[in-house]
Amino acid sequence: MPSDSALRIVWIYPDLLSTYGDQGNVLILEQRARKRGIPVETVYVRSADPVPDSGDIYLIGGGEDRPQILAAERLRRDGGLHRAIDRGASMLAVCAGYQIMGTVFGGEEGQPVEGIGLLDIQSSRGPARAVGELAAEVDTGLGGHVLTGFENHMGVTRLGPGVRPLSRTIVGIGNGDGTEGCHAGKIVGTYLHGPALARNPWLADVFLGWATGPLTPIDDAWYDRLRDERLKAVLPR
Amino acid sequence: MTQLPLRAQLASALGRTAATLSRVTGRGDGSVIGGRVGLILEPDLLRKLAADRKLVLVSATNGKTTTTRLITSELQELGEVATNAFGANMPAGHVSALASNKQAPFGVLEVDEKYLPEVLETTQAGVVCLMNLSRDQMDRAGEIWLLAQKWRRALAGKDIHVVANCDDPLVTWGAMTASTVTWVSCGQPWKEDSWCCPECGGPLDRKGDDWACRECHFRRPEPTWFLDDDAVIDPRRQRWVLDLRLPGRANRANAAIALAVAEVFGLPVERALPRLREVTSVAGRYTMVERDGRSLRLLLAKNPAGWLEAFEVSDPSLPIVLSVNAQGPDGRDTSWLWDVDFRILSGRPVYVTGERRLDLALRLDVAGVPFQLCETFDAAVAQQRPGRVDVIANYTAFQQIRAEFGRAV
Repeated sequence: MPSDSALRIVWIYPDLLSTYGDQGNVLILEQRARKRGIPVETVYVRSADPVPDSGDIYLIGGGEDRPQILAAERLRRDGGLHRAIDRGASMLAVCAGYQIMGTVFGGEEGQPVEGIGLLDIQSSRGPARAVGELAAEVDTGLGGHVLTGFENHMGVTRLGPGVRPLSRTIVGIGNGDGTEGCHAGKIVGTYLHGPALARNPWLADVFLGWATGPLTPIDDAWYDRLRDERLKAVLPR
Repeated sequence: MTQLPLRAQLASALGRTAATLSRVTGRGDGSVIGGRVGLILEPDLLRKLAADRKLVLVSATNGKTTTTRLITSELQELGEVATNAFGANMPAGHVSALASNKQAPFGVLEVDEKYLPEVLETTQAGVVCLMNLSRDQMDRAGEIWLLAQKWRRALAGKDIHVVANCDDPLVTWGAMTASTVTWVSCGQPWKEDSWCCPECGGPLDRKGDDWACRECHFRRPEPTWFLDDDAVIDPRRQRWVLDLRLPGRANRANAAIALAVAEVFGLPVERALPRLREVTSVAGRYTMVERDGRSLRLLLAKNPAGWLEAFEVSDPSLPIVLSVNAQGPDGRDTSWLWDVDFRILSGRPVYVTGERRLDLALRLDVAGVPFQLCETFDAAVAQQRPGRVDVIANYTAFQQIRAEFGRAV
């Protein structure tokens, strides 16, 4: 049973959407919480099981077209995630998981598929696959860092007035309009793998801060070295 | 074999010249360039070279090269065999393999998963061997569910005998449209890509090697061959201890399916098995190399399922060097490192190198596995005391290490 003091992380549908090392985002949140003495309880929710609405941080990852459609159908039918967000929980949605947060996304033949409507975005199939390193300047509302990661998708995402871009791209495609990802309230969506929180520990801390309040600094030496190397490799000199 | 038409003869001769040039100039082993030259001159070359031979195509995410080698070794009991022994597994490599041994009545071709439908159509191969499907180099390999769907379409309605691993649900789904299937229970240690039914998307219930969909009719077919620990059980329930010289569970699985393929060719286990035991190293994999009193065993692992099998082979009492790159053939996205459970290495001296050593360093740090970062492979080796050391590397990292030892295979 979850104790009241523990941080509750919920990983949604690893059996459908976790083909790009998405488990890494879970492991990083756990590590960065524990290093600060915050106890963590993580629930892996398979697609046949109900999504608990009592979590603090929800994660959903990337995957293939068919599992993406199945995940959207099940989340809509289940309703647990919607209740959790209404309660004030936060959510990191990556790639295929990012697209299904919107009102519509492109299916395996490019056909429009209904999303779950937690973000005011619409996605469709782009003309070519966006594959490669991405770097972008993050919205000052989220701290103004540089976002780094690896994108691999065919989606083009149009942001509606109900969300803000997560970042403006320096290198890479992202949403397809010069921005990458989006955020609204405590929901953050991004196309980035790497995984996103391995490359951007500041973003992990945004989620931890939302859930637990101000955070003590921790040793980020390995994170910093990896970030520096990746940014040097991709940023224009 | 029948004579090739003149144009095809010329294309195949020029291809062989290019292959020889590639080898003598040290640019490669010649198996791709030779085939490419031939295919440009005669696009129909592969079909012509394949005609009138007994062919088996071998495909999977992991174990293709080794299983191709094992089946080749077996079929040599029956006659000459043409094969792409160096892992050049696209049509240019197949042309090169078949052109370099035109008299051979048998052909064993390793085929890239994506190319299987095309190569099947061109070569009209009569036997196909399918072992496993799992996530692999996602930035270029694409989606495995889609891949299995393409296998289904390619196999349907043709007179093909498939030998497939029924413990892998996605392989089963991809193979089951064939007119004849021999199901082999080879195990599936990596299950992270098969918790859902490929047929309907429902949850798969799994118990040991068995599995069944909770929502539709799709379930594991009854196997006739079984891998049972260190032995294979044949359709007559006779148990054969494998006693291979290649290490590890993955190679026992490869051997089990290779024995089932041999029987399709009329070769009984008692004649095939001694041939399997002769194989000691495949394209540098599992090779022991010596440097300054250290014996390094080289293990290749290209994706999470492959790392799981490599850890199983690796000796927990030894230090281990890990090397990771992210060049084109490796997949340029290193996210897959987070799908590998490295905690099994806790307690061993771990040395981290390769072009993407910092990705691996962070991964191990988060897993709580102590390690030492080394700028180069040489620096990692220099840290070792005399004695045995295990090395696990992904594709181009492995090739770089192999090149240092002069491809000593």
